[in-house]
Amino acid sequence: MTKPIEFTVNGRAVRIAQDTDRPLLSVLREDLSLRGSHFGCGSGQCGACMVLIDGKPEQSCAREIATLAGCTVTTVEGLSANGVLHPLQQAFLEEQAGQCGYCLSGILVSAAALLARNPYPSRAEVAAALDPHLCRCGIHNRVIRAVQKAGRTMAEKRP
Amino acid sequence: MIANALPQSLIDNPILAQWIAFIEPGRVRVGSGKVEIGQGILTALTQIAAEELDVAPEQVDLVSGQTDISPAEGFTSGSYSIAVGGASIRLVCAEVRALFLEHLARALHCAVGELSIENGRFLHAGKGTGHDYWSLAGEVRLDRRATGTAPTKKPSAYRIVGRSLARLDLPAKVKGEGFIHDIAPADVLHARVLRQPWRGAQLVALDEGAVRKAAKAPIDILREGAFVAFLGDTDIAVSRAADAARNLARWDGGTPAPADIGQPAWLKAQPSRDRTVHSGASAPAVGNRVVESSFSRPFLTYGSIGPACALAQYADGKLKVWSHCQGPAVLRDWLARSLGLDSKQVTVFHRQGAGAYGHNTADDAAFDAAFIATRRPGRIVRVQWSREDEFAAAPISTAMAITLRAVLDRDNRPADWSIEIWSPPHAQRPGMNGNANFAGLAALPDAPPLNDINDVPDERGGGATRNAVAIYDLPRQRLIHHMLPQVPLRTSSLRGLGAWANVYAIESFMDELAEISGEDPVRYRLSLLSDARARRVVETAARMSGWFAYPDQGDGRARGFGFARYKNIASFAAVVAEVEVAEAVRLKRIWCAADCGLCINPDGARNQIEGGIIQGASFVLREQVRFADGRVATTSWDDYPILRFSDIPEIDIELIDNPGEPALGLGEASVGPTGAAIGNAVARALGKRIRDLPLTRERIMAALLAEG
Repeated sequence: MTKPIEFTVNGRAVRIAQDTDRPLLSVLREDLSLRGSHFGCGSGQCGACMVLIDGKPEQSCAREIATLAGCTVTTVEGLSANGVLHPLQQAFLEEQAGQCGYCLSGILVSAAALLARNPYPSRAEVAAALDPHLCRCGIHNRVIRAVQKAGRTMAEKRP
Repeated sequence: MIANALPQSLIDNPILAQWIAFIEPGRVRVGSGKVEIGQGILTALTQIAAEELDVAPEQVDLVSGQTDISPAEGFTSGSYSIAVGGASIRLVCAEVRALFLEHLARALHCAVGELSIENGRFLHAGKGTGHDYWSLAGEVRLDRRATGTAPTKKPSAYRIVGRSLARLDLPAKVKGEGFIHDIAPADVLHARVLRQPWRGAQLVALDEGAVRKAAKAPIDILREGAFVAFLGDTDIAVSRAADAARNLARWDGGTPAPADIGQPAWLKAQPSRDRTVHSGASAPAVGNRVVESSFSRPFLTYGSIGPACALAQYADGKLKVWSHCQGPAVLRDWLARSLGLDSKQVTVFHRQGAGAYGHNTADDAAFDAAFIATRRPGRIVRVQWSREDEFAAAPISTAMAITLRAVLDRDNRPADWSIEIWSPPHAQRPGMNGNANFAGLAALPDAPPLNDINDVPDERGGGATRNAVAIYDLPRQRLIHHMLPQVPLRTSSLRGLGAWANVYAIESFMDELAEISGEDPVRYRLSLLSDARARRVVETAARMSGWFAYPDQGDGRARGFGFARYKNIASFAAVVAEVEVAEAVRLKRIWCAADCGLCINPDGARNQIEGGIIQGASFVLREQVRFADGRVATTSWDDYPILRFSDIPEIDIELIDNPGEPALGLGEASVGPTGAAIGNAVARALGKRIRDLPLTRERIMAALLAEG
């Protein structure tokens, strides 16, 4: 019997009692039916499964559940609240920052972490923050513009 | 404006009802055999249909790639979707619109010209008639052959086409939704499959006990010949089993790949089928000077970020398959044939996957799922490929060797020009050459023998010979094609097939000739380019970048130029790349001018052009699949670097507005010119040309050291 691991995902308490050496991605997709975080490589090389763990971007395919006790996990599903899109998601639509879209959910959570610490990132700062993410369609410049736009929108809304 | 001959898709699916149905009030069902692979085609086709029918785009339900409803349109490839699929929808919708209007005009005893349509409602002299497509649907028969004779709208009247309608699939995707990978039926049977390491490999040992132990949960093992599938209630268990099996399996026999496979010398030593195609003057020219240059490109992989996935269910003699394939109807037919079923027993439902940039493993995953489903009737089987297998067992984009030779006249213009190409074929999709080309089928004990293989014929754009004929005004051209039919790999299509390497070689060579002539490379090209549209694209890219005003900066910084018309019949693209070369190449800025004729969705077109630029840059700067121990040695993204966010420069794109010309295929047009522009910029920065791709740090360093 392994020790149950308790943590929160998008504000919801989660308790995993079995197979706690599984990667977080597997639990998100298979146990919790949160399928917005995508399987890309399974070895932390492509960013398709990126989530926030205590506010920091981490590849959920490379993080074992056993190490998550007490952690706060945010996935792409946790970005939008009550059906209202996050300003980043809105900006991605406005800039049409997508082709196949498979990498977007991971990119969005990394971008959210970036904007939380730097509302006005430069082009180079956005690129550096998103370097763990592979995109094969070539939407990089649209993504950079969308992230900067969302940063401005969010900063303006703040009191 | 309108082609007289019907587009191929309409010849293959001639009945109007195969394309259009008015079933649900207020909604139009439009069928398409073309599928979304990340390129935005569903949005563009919706615009074309809405425009010709005079309905709102929101009223269109595009049913794409569902084989029991949608027309069969071959593969979504080769930048044909707008030019052929879109043209078919345009003609069909125009004809349907005309039939309804004629019907109503007869009923109202008025002239057709007095009627108009707004959001599907029919107006007479601008006032509502109380009729619409739906109220008249029972009276207008669509089970008739398309004639293609109904007038289509003039581009000047377009209200929906030519506008940047937002991508219809993006709202779901920014929420991480909408992918085949995320379909999770209750009681699904998860499966992963062990892959053969090389063609014909036989499985001589697999410790199944160790595999079961590694799964850490009960699994079922389905083993027939070299086809081994791990089945279970969770993906994690079967993925652990498959990972373990990959290391535990012992293989023998078959055709392991030699370590130097794909090297130019290796390619030139293979058995080949040779042909020579001449154009222009018959007699070889005698000139002042002979110039010859040889180029090569390595094996590449399409590198989709999402490994393939498919679902299938076999019940009551019916097989249902969900796949992100590029040719749903072809897949249906070849699944049926491979599994001993009739095509009528099989339905393929297209669902979106991660981007496809060529023939990927989607069809393989579909076969895996379908085969397993026939062995576990009733269950919905879900197959997920691994990243490792995507590198190791996917169809592969082939290495090529290319030699260019020119005899220059007294003005240093090519009086005689030849291109010689050594390459295996660039297309082995399901059904090509009569082969099913499914990885899983090849592993079965009763795998059908492979038929002799050929490349894509020139009239379909060619494979290795795609863009091999230079678009410049050359008095005599000779193409020598060495097709290598015995390379033991499933060489197949990656964006542009042979085009981007041929464009790289031709455009590099043009720069070399310009240098011999002591002329600016753009002026030299223009002196050999009489086609007005081609000239305009070249001149626009030069203007955008300030080409002629740009001083040579030295310090490893330089610009290069590249131009092509994709397949010599599709879109034109000219690219200027600015690079900085130290130990590696750094992209500083890219400019691109393109002419795609009538542009259905300008923002979508820009998105595709920019994607092609980035992928083309990645191809020439980074990408290479390596081989060792008989198999692909590239197993992870660490081994196969592609451009990342920090590598991407700012990119300026100018679309040349040409609405009076037919819409031209666009998705592959910028790839070749970008690679060529980068190659030429690097050559200028280094003062030395690297002719073997990719332009890696090692090759740059070697060039720098050789110079010193």
